[in-house]
This record gives sequence, structure tokens and C-alpha cells, in this order.
Amino acid sequence: MTGPDFPTHRTTRIVHKPRGGWFAVSKPLARGQRVVVGICAFLCPLLTWCIISYVPFVWHPSVLVRDAGDASLPGQYSFIATGERVDRAAFRSRNLELASAHKRLATGVPCNPIFLPAPHEVARAFYTAFTTAPQRTGDCWLHESLWQSCKIIFWGFIYSALLGVPLGILCGTFSLYSRLFEPFIDFIRYMPAPVFGALAVAVLGLGDEPKITIIFIGTFFQMVLVVANTTRSVDASLLQAAQTLGAKNRQLLWHVVIPAALPNLYRDMRILIGWAWTYLVVAELIGEKSGISAFLYQQQRYMHFENVYAGIVMIGIVGLATDQLLAFAGRYLFPWESGNTQLYRFAHAFRHLFSSKRSITATTRTRYAHD
Amino acid sequence: MPMTDPLKLPSYREQSREVAARFAELSRRPVVLKLRQLGREFDSAQGPIVAIDDITFDVHQRDFISVIGPSGCGKSTLIRVVAGLEAPTSGAVLIDDKPVRAPGADRGMVFQNYTLFPWLTVTKNVTFGLKMKGLSKARAKEMAVHWLGVVGLTDFADHYPAQLSGGMKQRVAIARALANEPRILLMDEPFGALDAQSRCTMQAHLLRIWESVDVTILFITHDLDEAIYLSDKIVILGAHPGRVLEVVEVPVPRQRSSEQFLSGPFLATKKRLEELIYHGSEVSDAAGLRQNYAAA
Repeated sequence: MTGPDFPTHRTTRIVHKPRGGWFAVSKPLARGQRVVVGICAFLCPLLTWCIISYVPFVWHPSVLVRDAGDASLPGQYSFIATGERVDRAAFRSRNLELASAHKRLATGVPCNPIFLPAPHEVARAFYTAFTTAPQRTGDCWLHESLWQSCKIIFWGFIYSALLGVPLGILCGTFSLYSRLFEPFIDFIRYMPAPVFGALAVAVLGLGDEPKITIIFIGTFFQMVLVVANTTRSVDASLLQAAQTLGAKNRQLLWHVVIPAALPNLYRDMRILIGWAWTYLVVAELIGEKSGISAFLYQQQRYMHFENVYAGIVMIGIVGLATDQLLAFAGRYLFPWESGNTQLYRFAHAFRHLFSSKRSITATTRTRYAHD
Repeated sequence: MPMTDPLKLPSYREQSREVAARFAELSRRPVVLKLRQLGREFDSAQGPIVAIDDITFDVHQRDFISVIGPSGCGKSTLIRVVAGLEAPTSGAVLIDDKPVRAPGADRGMVFQNYTLFPWLTVTKNVTFGLKMKGLSKARAKEMAVHWLGVVGLTDFADHYPAQLSGGMKQRVAIARALANEPRILLMDEPFGALDAQSRCTMQAHLLRIWESVDVTILFITHDLDEAIYLSDKIVILGAHPGRVLEVVEVPVPRQRSSEQFLSGPFLATKKRLEELIYHGSEVSDAAGLRQNYAAA
């Protein structure tokens, strides 16, 4: 029996576009909106900075003295000299002094304190910091300092992850290890990592080792506890299912607990690497100052605040880039969460290429294809 | 006072000759699972709570037994104790006369919430138990191909569980449990999370699998129609504490089909189940039954 014929005249299909306003409650923004808001996230602070720096009547509590006027007149404010930044009140008082003595007045333009350089100055410093030779011979160029910092972070974090992740997984899986390690680690966790600085230098000398140790101490103890908690939150029903399929203790650990926790552990690592950057500044200032922190410290002493800002922004950029890189890699590493199986298919093809069993697998497949 | 019956239903105990012959044949088969005075208590602030108490029944080879009862009657506790996921506080679970102490591959289980391993493809989910047993990769893969064929998911072998619908996930879970060739398949409200349509499809599907595969099934459900449609026998539990009220032999002939939902034997059985579950009557009947078991 055939079905009834439905009238097939063409009607205009009305397509409802999802119309989410800017303030729709718990609805995602449209793609375009997301991009706009994402740009604004950086643009708004930058714009605020520009306004404070370039609009003369906003803030500008100081005056940059262009011409100190008649410097021969003694007075309470005669210290004001050309090229200095002085308080607006002091500048005004000096001009009152000069005016009452009928001398040439001082001139100047409103400016911000030295610790708030304008955006263009920082932008320029961002470039010149790399091109300027170190002030003292033997000091590092900026790119060398940055590279040095990255190395410290890398090794500190690698050591801490190599020990912390397995220990955390053990603590999260077996109550025995949890009771054995966690109370003590919880206790050490409350000791700030910098207090170990002097000790680390005394034991390990002035090189990179004490710095790496500080990063390690700063992240390791947190890492064990975070990893243990993440491991503990693995869905218990998966473990039960595996048990009913015959998995025993060690198999449960390797084939269920670890793969189930892996994506979340990876996210934990991304957060913890940010912690490592926090301890970097402390680590680099103990013993022999080194790396980006030494650069910041030095520029601050020379009052080159545009360089200080540039250095801080560089740390931010390196951190953000690392995190985005890890996030990007994560999409390939965990295809069951992202649906991106490219890496796995590649690995599979790669293994096939070098496998002698290729022909066997192929015949198996064709045999079942005809079933 | 007996109520007048406008539908003129037969008694649920009335069995056609073929049905009676089937039950006689069933009872001659070897017993796979024995529950003996099984009890399980939980500690609570208000003192111990008895979840299930004095549960005794047998499951024969290739039986399809459903356990049904009101919520809180300990259905899930019962199946978890059988699976070995919880230890009984009294009595024993015997598989082939050997007491159960821990979960094992001889009792496959299908859970309500699928519990597929999200990081494994469908094929690798199915071969999980075989891998634990130490089967070779090639042999495990062959088995996976076979069992995916049985549940009709050959085309989805390389998908991840997240890419499947609820019904498909549950089919993978069934294939995964069956690939281990368990002595008994425990199913804990396996279709409870599915919508009505896929539940019907899955019930029919499960019957087909059960008919074509040598497997004994213990099925937990709260759906009366589902229990009657699928099973040979239905164990009705009463609540607080969970205890066996009656074991009903379903008089609906095999092979089952959805047309039987309105047949006399089907409705008579359903009426009896409703009486037991919703009105909690005939408890004395259950007591008599328990005596029968004790005598046996």
C-alpha cells in the first residue's frame, strides 16, 4: 500500500534566525557578538588608559616643566628645574613666587606621574627593549632574559608534574596513599614558597637550581591535592561497570581511572602553570637575580617605567600564548570531548604503515563486510 | 468481596499447554543463579534500614526473569548485591553453586545510565572486558565485530559514545556485557532513561538478542508492561523491607509481539501485578510461596 499523496506545492520556508539580544539570560552570544565583546575586553582597558594619558584635563596631577623661568630667583620652590615632573601645586606656587618678583614665569604641560607612561611610550619600549644593548656588559639582552625565565618555568613545572601527577593520582585512587601523603602535604602547602628561598640558595648555590626548586615547591604541593581531587571525582559508575566486566585493581587504575581523569587533569595543569608564573618573580630575585624579573627590577631602579610595563605585558603574552597553545593541543588530544579525531587517525595510519599485520587486518575487514 | 470483572479476564495462573510445557522444560534446566535468604541492611542515623530481606529465588539457564516492585523496594540493591558491587549482610548469592564475593566477568551488567567509557570508541568499549581477560587484539576485534552485528551497530564501530543516541548507547552496553559471555546478564532498569518510542524498540531488540544468544537475564524494571512483555517469570517485591511477594509465571506465549499487549493472559497478569504492587494485597500468598521454597 502506498501512502497518501501530500500536496507538494512549494511554500516559502520561514527560517527563524536565533535572535539573542546582548542581554539574553543564559543564552550564548552569536558568533559576531562574541568576537566584538572579546575585542572589547582588551579595548576597554586600553581606551581607559589612553584617556588618562592623552586627555590633559583627566587626572594629570603633575606638570612637566618646559622652562623653569628665571632660575636666579631664590625661593621655597626654586628647586624646580627644566625637564622635571613636579606637583601641580608646587608649580603654581613657584609661578606665584616668580610673578610677585616680576621675573620670567615658568612654563610646563600637565603630565602624569612617571609610573604611568602613555600607551605609545610602552609600545615603543616594547620594541626598543629588544633592540637596546644591555646597560652593563655581561648583562642579558631582553630576549635572553625571557628565554631564561621560560626555561626556569619549564623545568620547575616539569619536575613538579612528573612527581605530582602520579602521586596525586595514587592519592585520588587509593585511600591508603591519600591518608599517608595528603595530611602532610596539606601542612606544607600553607608554607609560602618564598620562605624556602634562602634555604634553597644555601643548599643549591647561586645557579638556576634554587630557582627551579622554588617553582617546584610553589606548584608541587598544590598539584598533588588538585590532581587527587580531580581523580577522586571520576564517575564511580564507570568503575563499577569496569568491575562487572572483570577489571581488577591495577586494570581499574590504568584503564579506567587515568583515562577518565585525563582531560580534567590536563585542564588542571593549564591552571597550575599560571601558578608557576606567580612564583617565578620570587624565584628569580633570590640568589643571583636573573630572567625577566631581573630586567623588571633593573628598569624600575632606572625609573624606565615604560620598560617595566612592556616587561609585564610580555609575561602576560607568553602566559596567554602557552595557555592557548595547550588548549589547542587539548582539542587534538581528547577527541572524545572535542570530536576532533585528526591526531588519532594520523597515529592510526602511521601505525598501519609500519605494521606487518596490515594484510591480516585488511582481510578480516573484507570478510565481515560481506556477512 | 470479589469485584465483578467487566473484561472477563482469565486467571493469570491459567497457562495454555505450550506455556505450561515451556515452564516445565525451564524448571528442568540447570540453575544458574541462586538467591538464598538474601538480606542487605544499611546503617543510618536512625538505626539500620533493611533494604532487602529474606529474598530467595532461583534463575534457570536461559531464563528471562524480571524483578518488579514499588520504588524503595530494594530492586537496585538486589541487583547490585548479585553483581557483587555490594556485600549482602545476610544470606548468599550463588552462581553455579559458587558464592559471589566480588564483581566478576561471569555477571555482566547493564546500567540505567549507560556507563560507556567515553574515551573509547564503540569497538573498544565492546572489547574492554576481553582486553581485561588478556585476549589477543585480533581475536577481541573479531568478537567486537560479531557482537556489534548482533546489536545492529556495525556502522558505528568507530564512533565515540557521545556521538550516539541513548538507545544506541544502551545497545553498545549490552554488546559490551555479552562479549564477555557472562553466565547471567544483569540489567538495572536499562531502558529507564529512554523515551517511550526507543524503549519499545529496545524491548523488541532485547527479545531478539535473547532469543538468538545463549544468555540468562535478570531484569530490573518498574514498568509492568515491560516486565510482562519480556519475561518468563516476574518476581514481585514489596517495599519496606524489600521482600518477595510472589513469583508470577507469565502465561503469555512466546514468541512475544507487541499485539499481545491487549491479549487476555497479558492483561490478567498485569492486573495481578497491579494488585500486588499498588494494593499490597495477598501477602499471605507470598508467605506460602516462601514456605514452598524453604521446603524445596
